[in-house]
Amino acid sequence: MKKNQSLHTVLFSLIGLIVFIGMSCKKRDIADLQIPQFPSTAEVFIDDFTGDLAYAAFGGSDVKAFQVDNQVTFGSTKQSMRFDVPDANSPNGSYAGGVFFSKTGRNLSGYNALTFYIKASLAATIGVLGFGNDLGENKYQVTLNALPVNSNWKKVIIPIPDASKLSKEKGLFYYAADPANGRGFTFWIDEVRFEKLTDLAGLAGVIFNGDNRTITNAETGDKITITDIQASVNLPSGVNQKVAISPYYLTFSSSNAAVASVNELGLITVLAAGTTTITGKLNGNTALGKLDLTSVGLANLPATPAPVPPARLPANVISMYSNAYNNVPVDTWNTRWQFSTADEYFITINNDNVIRYKNLNFVGIEFTSNQINATAMTHFHMDIWTPDNTALPNNFKILLVDFGANGTFGGGDDKSHEITITRPTLISSNWVSLDIPLSTFTGLTTRANLAQLVLSGTVPNVFVDNVYFYR
Amino acid sequence: MISINIKSLTTFLKIVFFSLFLFFLLGSCKKEAVQTLPEREWTLVWSDEFDGTAGSSPDNTKWSFDIGTGNNGWGNAELQYYTSRSSNIQRDGNGKLVITARSESFGGAGFTSARIKTKDLYAQAYGRFEARIKTTTGPGIWPAFWMLGSNIDAVPWPQCGEIDIMEQRGQQPSINYGSVHGPGYSGGGAITKPYALTTGRYDTDYHIYAIEWGVDYIDYFVDNFLYSRITPKDVTGEWVFDHPFYLILNVAVGGNFVGFPTTGTPFPQSMYVDYVKVYKQK
Repeated sequence: MKKNQSLHTVLFSLIGLIVFIGMSCKKRDIADLQIPQFPSTAEVFIDDFTGDLAYAAFGGSDVKAFQVDNQVTFGSTKQSMRFDVPDANSPNGSYAGGVFFSKTGRNLSGYNALTFYIKASLAATIGVLGFGNDLGENKYQVTLNALPVNSNWKKVIIPIPDASKLSKEKGLFYYAADPANGRGFTFWIDEVRFEKLTDLAGLAGVIFNGDNRTITNAETGDKITITDIQASVNLPSGVNQKVAISPYYLTFSSSNAAVASVNELGLITVLAAGTTTITGKLNGNTALGKLDLTSVGLANLPATPAPVPPARLPANVISMYSNAYNNVPVDTWNTRWQFSTADEYFITINNDNVIRYKNLNFVGIEFTSNQINATAMTHFHMDIWTPDNTALPNNFKILLVDFGANGTFGGGDDKSHEITITRPTLISSNWVSLDIPLSTFTGLTTRANLAQLVLSGTVPNVFVDNVYFYR
Repeated sequence: MISINIKSLTTFLKIVFFSLFLFFLLGSCKKEAVQTLPEREWTLVWSDEFDGTAGSSPDNTKWSFDIGTGNNGWGNAELQYYTSRSSNIQRDGNGKLVITARSESFGGAGFTSARIKTKDLYAQAYGRFEARIKTTTGPGIWPAFWMLGSNIDAVPWPQCGEIDIMEQRGQQPSINYGSVHGPGYSGGGAITKPYALTTGRYDTDYHIYAIEWGVDYIDYFVDNFLYSRITPKDVTGEWVFDHPFYLILNVAVGGNFVGFPTTGTPFPQSMYVDYVKVYKQK
């Protein structure tokens, strides 16, 4: 007995020793360690949250809008997501919105669409539905806007424009919905998952909403953003659908890089005079829409500021815009009335504040909130500078409007008068100082409630300074 | 004396049986979906490869046009006006015939398209009739590759017979229909069978649509997969598929089969035909 026991002991000890040595011989090498893979789980919400999923409501929304519902579900699933959109002006929050995100991030590169089923308690429009919102940079966000929903379940397909970008995506699904006609309602979403569909067709990128846009008078230093960046896809029902997408899905290019550059966010910077075409590509295919841009190079600016107005006692001047005087408040230097093409820019020339108008056909300047009583004043002053052709019949016009005793537009008591400036007063590339007797505005028989100043004419580029009434 | 160790024999047998079990399991796992098709031999007797200069009309020795809106939208409440304009039908210079449906006012209709036929130019009874086509999509778009009995002027439809080799509804671009119409089984009562693609769609790639027509059968194929066989016992009336039929290609807009186009229907919609081939059995 004893002999056998000791034999067994030796045997097992020997085996143990060999195993021990064997195990300790194996060295861990950093190079052998695998890069952690992000899970490629397709399901987001079928009967419940999938493992890594969490939810956060948007600020300003009703944070209790979302709950899990086991009464209303799609088909025979056990639970759905239910969203209760509040009434407008609800103290709980003015809309319903939030983000379903993966705490760890997922590898979605094997899918080409986010799909789900949706229905609502009444016919309504869901403001935004999509993915790629991770409550942070939202780098690869995709949004389906204004989805009409009704009381029947329907499947929604949101295409992934380029799934290779989503190797570690946290933003799995997000939504925001406003009340319908001011009233709250309920909608349900179920079977949220990522899919690799084989019956989508015609995936294409879109910039500028598919339009061919033109800019003819860009200047060096101008910054222009590519807008309305979308992807279009033909759904299995044969209908095209557009989604708004982050610029990071596309690559942008400028055909003449010396004239303008464009970065990965679609921000175009004009660099020099010349012509270039800005386009985009999605998955190597040219996107619909483009911008043909012509730059005139460096802006034609006044080299010096307008002459400095003389010192005046405050009682003798009502100033709207000048560094020499205290200025009364002006509501706006561009009312953007219909058919007006003017753009205004507030710039400085040697530290002097100047208003620059581009594309001027006419522009409304309004001060209805602080109407000017120029009854005691004798003159209207304005300095203007234009690089444009000022030979006859080109002109520049100044219109003053008085709202009359009722202080509002209309009512039968409004008075106005427009004067026209031409050669020889109007000259190019030199400051023109206009001192116009108010008696010249013959139709302006009252001027206690001046409320509007309208500039117009045939010179599209005008720099304006030192706008004031004086005596 | 040979002593057999029962224990080791049992173990041995266990190993043998287990191995055999594994072998059969692995050996029988992979099943391929293969059809055993009847062996038939064919001779090409008529074809159109649609080679021609870009913009040219189809060969007028092989095809003629149906023009206009027909009788009540060609009997189907179709909405298009068929024309022979190159904007609706042309060879594209790459060996393809292109039929394009457009949303435009023309001749009192809201849409235009094209329909061509081999009537009075070529007809055949029995054989294999085949075309390679990339079709269309969009609600209300109805492409077709089909046949009518060449006795139609004397023997009106449906008695003359109709064989639909390819018919699709644009709102379901993954489903193709093969049908026959005849006396007692026409229009909504046609004998029809759909074939749906499990991956992909009919409008994004070329697919081969064919029938093989014998005395007592019409076999329907998509990409050489036999998805339907219609025989005299399958039709609820007289079997009229015993005389020559001619070929038709068209894209219709709207109609009883497909329903109305919607604001979501992408126009224009083009159908691309790579070839049409007709065979006789050897």
